[in-house]
Amino acid sequence: MSMFEQLAKRDQVFEFLAPAASPVDVRHGPILYLEDVNVSFDGFKAINNLNLTVDDGELRCIIGPNGAGKTTMMDIITGKTRPDTGSVWFGSRHNLLTMTEPDIASLGIGRKFQKPTVFEALTVFENLELAMATDKRIFPTLTAIMKPEYRDRIDEVLEMIKLKTLRDKPAGILSHGQKQWLEIGMLLMQKPRLLLVDEPVAGMTEQEMERTAELLTSLAGKQSVVVVEHDMGFVRSIARQVTVLHQGSVLAEGTMDQVSNDPEVIKVYLGEEA
Amino acid sequence: MASSQTWLLRPLQERSTQIFLGVLISALIVVTFLHLFMPQDSALHVSAYTVTLLGKYLCYALLAVAVDLVWGYLGILSLGHGAFFALGGYAMGMYLMRQIGDRGTYGDPVLPDFMVFLNWDTLPWYWQGFDMAWFAFIMVLLAPGLLALVFGFLAFRSRVTGVYLSIITQALTFALMLAFFRNEMGFGGNNGLTDFRDILGFNLRTDATRLGLFIATGIALAIGYIICRAIVTSKLGRVSVACRDAEARTRFLGYRVERVQLFVFVVSAMLAGVAGALYVPQVGIINPSEFSPLFSIEIVVWVALGGRATLYGAVIGAILVNYAKTVLTGVMPDAWLFALGALFVLVTVFLPKGIAGLLQKRKKAQHDDDPATAQEATA
Repeated sequence: MSMFEQLAKRDQVFEFLAPAASPVDVRHGPILYLEDVNVSFDGFKAINNLNLTVDDGELRCIIGPNGAGKTTMMDIITGKTRPDTGSVWFGSRHNLLTMTEPDIASLGIGRKFQKPTVFEALTVFENLELAMATDKRIFPTLTAIMKPEYRDRIDEVLEMIKLKTLRDKPAGILSHGQKQWLEIGMLLMQKPRLLLVDEPVAGMTEQEMERTAELLTSLAGKQSVVVVEHDMGFVRSIARQVTVLHQGSVLAEGTMDQVSNDPEVIKVYLGEEA
Repeated sequence: MASSQTWLLRPLQERSTQIFLGVLISALIVVTFLHLFMPQDSALHVSAYTVTLLGKYLCYALLAVAVDLVWGYLGILSLGHGAFFALGGYAMGMYLMRQIGDRGTYGDPVLPDFMVFLNWDTLPWYWQGFDMAWFAFIMVLLAPGLLALVFGFLAFRSRVTGVYLSIITQALTFALMLAFFRNEMGFGGNNGLTDFRDILGFNLRTDATRLGLFIATGIALAIGYIICRAIVTSKLGRVSVACRDAEARTRFLGYRVERVQLFVFVVSAMLAGVAGALYVPQVGIINPSEFSPLFSIEIVVWVALGGRATLYGAVIGAILVNYAKTVLTGVMPDAWLFALGALFVLVTVFLPKGIAGLLQKRKKAQHDDDPATAQEATA
């Protein structure tokens, strides 16, 4: 009898019945939802009861001292690291903890690494081509042909990231800043719902930084963007909502002004800087 | 359907493939002509021995192309491709053994000589069906393909890459060598399979059959080259290069890296199997020494010499090194391994991109301002 009740529960959908490829459900607001997440590596608590919500279309900056768990958090969202406990939801329909990295990527979470990684042997155009949101299974990829609309889409992104003149050059010859933009361009080709950007302006010149800020703010609204960054000036120039991480959990959340006046934050983070 | 045809035939529109096929086909025609129409005593006459020798080189060339496909474009340094070559060879050898029929030393109509010698009274189950050519030829593809599928599935799923994968492939071929040395395996132990008579009803000891096998090998090389070229010029080829250079990045783009690796690895193993199958009737024997790790390493040396990630470089490397081997082992048998080692060191130091790199450099110097060729050279 209890088994029957188990099966007949009305408020639950069997996992095998829930369509995996269904669109992301953001009717309730948040696109990303982390609750009570814990991760430890050999006893060291990298993430400690982390709770974080990101709304659809939001541009969120995450700051925190080294070792605060920023990169680990990104690893959890993209499926690279599995948390010990807690839950991570994308929209209100997709449990990211049950999905593999490629599944999460094709669901619409794009990630930019700290160190720019582009395919250096391929041209700028080909880099964007591979990133395009298409059928990524073996045989469709093998027989894929370059359609005019794909070409237009790639040219559109090339325009946005200002690499049009370098279209047919191997990505290996690009400067550091250009590689960062190419990587952001690759993320855009995937038409992601959520962009995770890890230290986008590390090693950039002042001008490149401005250009990147412009690019990221232009994306917000259409996509949700989560930026992890050390450079406070840069964060101040783009941020609306800032989350401060410390020792694997959220220390403060709010606008840049609120956060930078928070005494706790000043003590652990800004205090060190000043 | 239209698109699937286009991707396979696309390489035929490429200049490099046209040149490669042109040279290969001309070579086949010239050799055939010199063999058939030049008088025996002419200096230009190509003897049946030489035709078979050239056929052997072409088998090695196909094998090298298979290795270049996984090493050059996918970044998987396989030190065990000899295993796939040998499995294809054994499948062919089993067919040829069954064709001997009652003409063997012991005159048993079904059992090969070595089984009679071992006092076996029935044919093992895995020898069934090899009397039929079609079955044997399917097994030539299937045996190496299945091994690559199972091995690759386990290795790539566990994300074994780099030097660890190389070591495992080496262990794979070594394990198979030890297994095939055992008489109980039923593959003729250390003597292997030999004393072949007919293939598809043609006597293997006639010059005409030898010439036919040489031409068949040339055609197999051409088709294998086109298949590899079709893969590397497709989007999947670019994904392979992406897996080679930044595996994690490719995974985050949504590609299943392990499946790309598995697909290319299996295709490569099948090509190696075909090379082995064509090799066996030409040299007349297959034994476990083809599984030896040393042979697999030698294949890698051919590819390195010819130039990685070019395919035609692999062909040049395989033919040149094996020609040098034939000449040198004839003149000074002891010097060969030293020469091979020296060659490898010299090429690694002075020609990191191999002979193909040298060709590309010259071509680039000639039309440096032509963006299309400059792009091709760097790709």
